Amino acid sequence: MKLDCSIDIRHLTRVEGHGNIRIRVENGRLAEARWDVVETPRFFEVMVKGMSAEHVPFLTSRICGICSISHALASIRALERAMQVTPPPAAEAVRLLAMHGETLQSHALHLFFLSLPDFAGKPSVLPLLESHPDLVKAGLGLKELGNKISTVTTGRCTHPVSLVVGGLSKAPDKDRLKLLLDMIGERKAALTVASAFFASLDIPRFERETEFISLYNGTTYPFIGGDLRSTDGVLRDENDYLLMTNEYLAEPSTSKFTRCSRESSAAGALARFNNNSTFLHPEARKAAEHLGLRPVCHNPFMCNIAQLVECVHILNDAETLIAKLIDMDQREIRTQFTPKAGSATGAVEAPRGILYHHMETDEEGKVVKADCIIPTTQNNANIHYDLGALARQALEEGKNDREIEKLATMLVRSYDPCISCSVH
Amino acid sequence: MNQQGMHFEKLKIASFDFTCCEGCQLQLANNESSLPAFFELLDVHAFREISSEKHDDYDIALVEGSISRSDEIDRLLAIRKQAKILVAFGTCACFGGVNSLKNRIPIEESVVEVYGELQVETLPVRKISDIVQVDISIPGCPVAKEEVERIVVSLVTGSKVNLPKYPVCVECKQQINTCLFDLGEICLGSITRAGCSAVCTSGKTPCLGCRGPAEDINFPAFMEMVRERGLSESDLREKLDFHNAFETYRNDET
Repeated sequence: MKLDCSIDIRHLTRVEGHGNIRIRVENGRLAEARWDVVETPRFFEVMVKGMSAEHVPFLTSRICGICSISHALASIRALERAMQVTPPPAAEAVRLLAMHGETLQSHALHLFFLSLPDFAGKPSVLPLLESHPDLVKAGLGLKELGNKISTVTTGRCTHPVSLVVGGLSKAPDKDRLKLLLDMIGERKAALTVASAFFASLDIPRFERETEFISLYNGTTYPFIGGDLRSTDGVLRDENDYLLMTNEYLAEPSTSKFTRCSRESSAAGALARFNNNSTFLHPEARKAAEHLGLRPVCHNPFMCNIAQLVECVHILNDAETLIAKLIDMDQREIRTQFTPKAGSATGAVEAPRGILYHHMETDEEGKVVKADCIIPTTQNNANIHYDLGALARQALEEGKNDREIEKLATMLVRSYDPCISCSVH
Repeated sequence: MNQQGMHFEKLKIASFDFTCCEGCQLQLANNESSLPAFFELLDVHAFREISSEKHDDYDIALVEGSISRSDEIDRLLAIRKQAKILVAFGTCACFGGVNSLKNRIPIEESVVEVYGELQVETLPVRKISDIVQVDISIPGCPVAKEEVERIVVSLVTGSKVNLPKYPVCVECKQQINTCLFDLGEICLGSITRAGCSAVCTSGKTPCLGCRGPAEDINFPAFMEMVRERGLSESDLREKLDFHNAFETYRNDET
């Protein structure tokens, strides 16, 4: 057995933002295993104070360059609930489609740009352009489709333009929606290529029993609003998000950590799947079966597979949704409202997991107080404790420093952390 | 590298991020259909967000984000030392961006509000040119990939890098949009530098000025027009301050 080892990774690559991994083994025993977030804090909760409801989603979307639509929609939902504004049905359908676009783009980015190089033993996706051209082409095709959906629905793929409190500033063009339908039909082949490849991978075998938390509405695979559910049997109202997160400071990290019923919990594609797999599109359920993903799955490396299964769901659900939108009357897309004082939570399933924005407004509709709890914040503690369990298992299996380091980095990447986001 | 019968050297490029959302770097991985051709022009020496490979002998540094911690200053100075061309990449790098909204509140107050008693280091937000010399600025929140592609091609061919001098209003009119002022909204399109294809106003959302002032703008006339129309002063202030891109004009005004 390996007696001593010291792994010290500063600014882990192929993740969004800055995080460090440290694992130390002394005399064959694990002495330390930690996950520290060292990102520079930005103070969005302070910046948003005093801002009018109209501008808030444009500001909060800037929390994240990958999941800006989720942030805009979390703020919008919180503000609409706080001021009792009901958006028209057409706007709600467009918002869900926008979430689909963002989730697809983000999952494809993670699966093919960030995660795939690990499985292929390469430093980045760039050399894979030559060694695995069909696979990379499939990944790029899915990512492009995600971005196209976001652009058609919100005006731009990063930092949405037309998502506003009350609904939409502009309805998507129906001709462009029709083109999306064609594109989805054509890109389904990319899913087959990706599924075949990921099914052939040797996913590391590692399990640590985990409490998975996601949205839940009892009828559909959740993306916007609903109850908060955990695989440990907790079920709460959206506004009770604080009881689900119990945020705490974990020095020296600049991102906070959270917990619910145990020392840690997890959010993200795997959590959504574990709580809601029965609501997936039949094609996605088939893909899960084919890829060996069954609820409740406690292997964090399977988050990659859960993301791929969600891509299958999204392509199929987007098809139905777009067909519905083309037939829908899109004249009513924005509810005019009178600003008022109130407070509420808006929860959405961002690509990396449940995202909470809580907003309190004054009678002019300006934000008095804001609180944002990010998916990666909710995964920090789980990553931290997973690293220890993974290192212990690897030591028992007699793995060397390099192997442990590779597994540790792959583990963190499996969570697809969005670190800038978590240190908003 | 040979392309269309001409010989080019690939750009030894590196991408770095500071206080920001990393959304501008992410644009480098967008426009998927032209992505393989785009990366053909680049020799990527460091790009932590997508690659584990790292070499310190780059010529061009794309710097995303604003500066808000002392370790960032040290990193930025080291990048300046290496880079032949330092590019302020995106609105946060060019103007401080939305992060600058933090500067309205005393630092200690912000830290206590978010972290309670935990001592967290944070400085007033500064743009890149407040710390080091910037050779090229590419504004935008986020940057427009098409503009980045054009600039990369200019750098490869050694031609001059230009940004449009005219305002967003021109691009907006070309798309035959109804003017948002006529719909009773305040829009910064008439004073903001074009190059974004008027993406916000085409989505019926007022321009928030992320690309900074166009050249030779008449700021006092713009302010007068807003006031003449009796539009909200606080709305105007929120828009002008949003990306901190009109800081100099705002300072002159008060």
